[in-house]
Amino acid sequence: MNAKIEAKTPFRFSTRLHLSELTGLKAANIMELLDHIKTVSGSCIYHHTHRFLQQHQYLSPEPPNDFAYWVDNMLGESVLGENLASIDVISYPNIRSLRDKIVSVIEEYISFNPEVKLKFAAKADEFHFIKSVSFVVCTPYEANNLWDFIEILEKITINSIYYHVFESRLRLEKETSDFSNWIENSIADKELADKISKIDPYTYTLEDLRRIIIEIIKKRIS
Amino acid sequence: MPNIKDYIPIVGQSEIDDLHLVAEKLSGKIVQHINSTSVGGGVAEILNRMVPILNELGVDTRWDLIKGGEQFFQVTKKFHNALHGKNEEITRKDFDIFIETGNINIDSVNTYGDIVFVHDPQPIMLIEKKADNKWIWRCHIDVSNPMQAVWNFLMDYIVKYDSVVFSAPSFSSKLPVRQFLIAPSIDPLSDKNRELSKHQIDSVLDKYQIPQDKPIITQISRFDRLKDPLGVIQAYKKVKKYIDCRLLLCGGGASDDPEGIQVYLDVMEQAKSDSDIHVLLLQQNDLEINALQRASTIILQKSLKEGFGLTVAEALWKKKPVVASNVGGIPLQITHKYSGLLCHSVDGAAFAIKQLLNSPSYAKKLGENGYEHIKNNFLITRHIKDYMLLFLSLYHHEDVVYL
Repeated sequence: MNAKIEAKTPFRFSTRLHLSELTGLKAANIMELLDHIKTVSGSCIYHHTHRFLQQHQYLSPEPPNDFAYWVDNMLGESVLGENLASIDVISYPNIRSLRDKIVSVIEEYISFNPEVKLKFAAKADEFHFIKSVSFVVCTPYEANNLWDFIEILEKITINSIYYHVFESRLRLEKETSDFSNWIENSIADKELADKISKIDPYTYTLEDLRRIIIEIIKKRIS
Repeated sequence: MPNIKDYIPIVGQSEIDDLHLVAEKLSGKIVQHINSTSVGGGVAEILNRMVPILNELGVDTRWDLIKGGEQFFQVTKKFHNALHGKNEEITRKDFDIFIETGNINIDSVNTYGDIVFVHDPQPIMLIEKKADNKWIWRCHIDVSNPMQAVWNFLMDYIVKYDSVVFSAPSFSSKLPVRQFLIAPSIDPLSDKNRELSKHQIDSVLDKYQIPQDKPIITQISRFDRLKDPLGVIQAYKKVKKYIDCRLLLCGGGASDDPEGIQVYLDVMEQAKSDSDIHVLLLQQNDLEINALQRASTIILQKSLKEGFGLTVAEALWKKKPVVASNVGGIPLQITHKYSGLLCHSVDGAAFAIKQLLNSPSYAKKLGENGYEHIKNNFLITRHIKDYMLLFLSLYHHEDVVYL
């Protein structure tokens, strides 16, 4: 594979920065949590399933989502916590389907364990619903071939990698990551694109994700 | 004063690049911060560092103060305590004093900013001057359980702002205005947090005649009842029965806190019978605070209420094991048993201190984890980024904003 093959269209790197917006909604028990999960905005579901990725990026692998952490640590429901933490987020194409899955996991658990409805978190430990407001900004970096692409990937902000891998796929409802999409359609290397889209990004820290994507591309072009 | 490039070795070039990208989008806007004091306390400390950096990034940022007399600050101190949940006796006269000073400031303070950023309750009435500019109220106080009389009084003003900012999710409630979560931060290059040589540390301890012959447990904070300095002494005494150690209680005062001297005198009274308790009333000497934190074996923050508790972030940045109350913004900084130990009582604090003194390798690991957490989430560069995004959010109401 020639690393210098010119792309049909260049890859323009964007970065994504976020602000946490408070909703004032909170839950002290599983039913309140479930009710709010069903009705809050998709930006809320996104925040609570992705916040750990950025805030605890030095922890690895597989950081829990906020719902999983709360039912485990505040309600003492470790089985439900594990069920929620192990939802295969990468297999859901959008926030709606991810929300439906979270709801079904909780409802199924409650149906088999109705006593969970009697558990309450202390006031200081209530679950507070927050939504993620994203600001997407174009960076000056543009790749015209895979060699450029790697060079930029090595130095670009981790927020850019986050945006192109996580946010654009799930929140903006593209079928695959921006990286795979560009490699398939502009570089015309479907095999490489498939290799990258097969990575489960939720099982890496962001820095490890950067490293693994670079490694895969380097191997392909060497 | 450091410039923005000096942060590159700490947070990386790309983080600074991001700041420049966002700052460009605020070109032409004037941001005006307004609070009640330029020295003492966390708000003044953050603004002193943040205003020059924002200007260096190209965001025209200014800082103005309101004025108030002794009576006004006595009332605002009562408000502060009441918002933290203390049952204060607030009279009609107190509200009248607050309103009277508020009206004087409405007449005298020029609110020229495109974005007016008001900090805490003291200047809150300035919102009456709102024109077609944008206004933000930043609450630095733990209002998770406020005295309703004061909170309802302030609410008449809060709802007139465009956005409100809190330091922890538990401080929020349902409001008719947008509210954002922005934690405060520390500056790793400030005199309070930068690296110091052993010689610098030793010379400060020599100056205050604090021998380094046994473990030093330290609480750095204003002499304020909500920081529970007397509870700290009780916890120390419980530890001292089993492990020989020193206690260092150290802090200054803020010009808007008239209660501090009385609390200091109460602490001195409790401490006078034990020569291993060192009580220092420091007048805003950040370098010395830094040295005292670095010389400490354990840092304590046994607050009863806490707006955020930046001393915790300062201690973790220095990789110190921390024992702190599970209040306010402290649990955002410490995950129990992972990056420090959280407590709820004097006995809990004493037990945690003993655990750490007896298990130095565990204490070291907690400090190292805490350092990583602060580096990723509580440095001034993250705070500046959040503030710039907050300013931009005033002009965009979508959940995904393309700039």
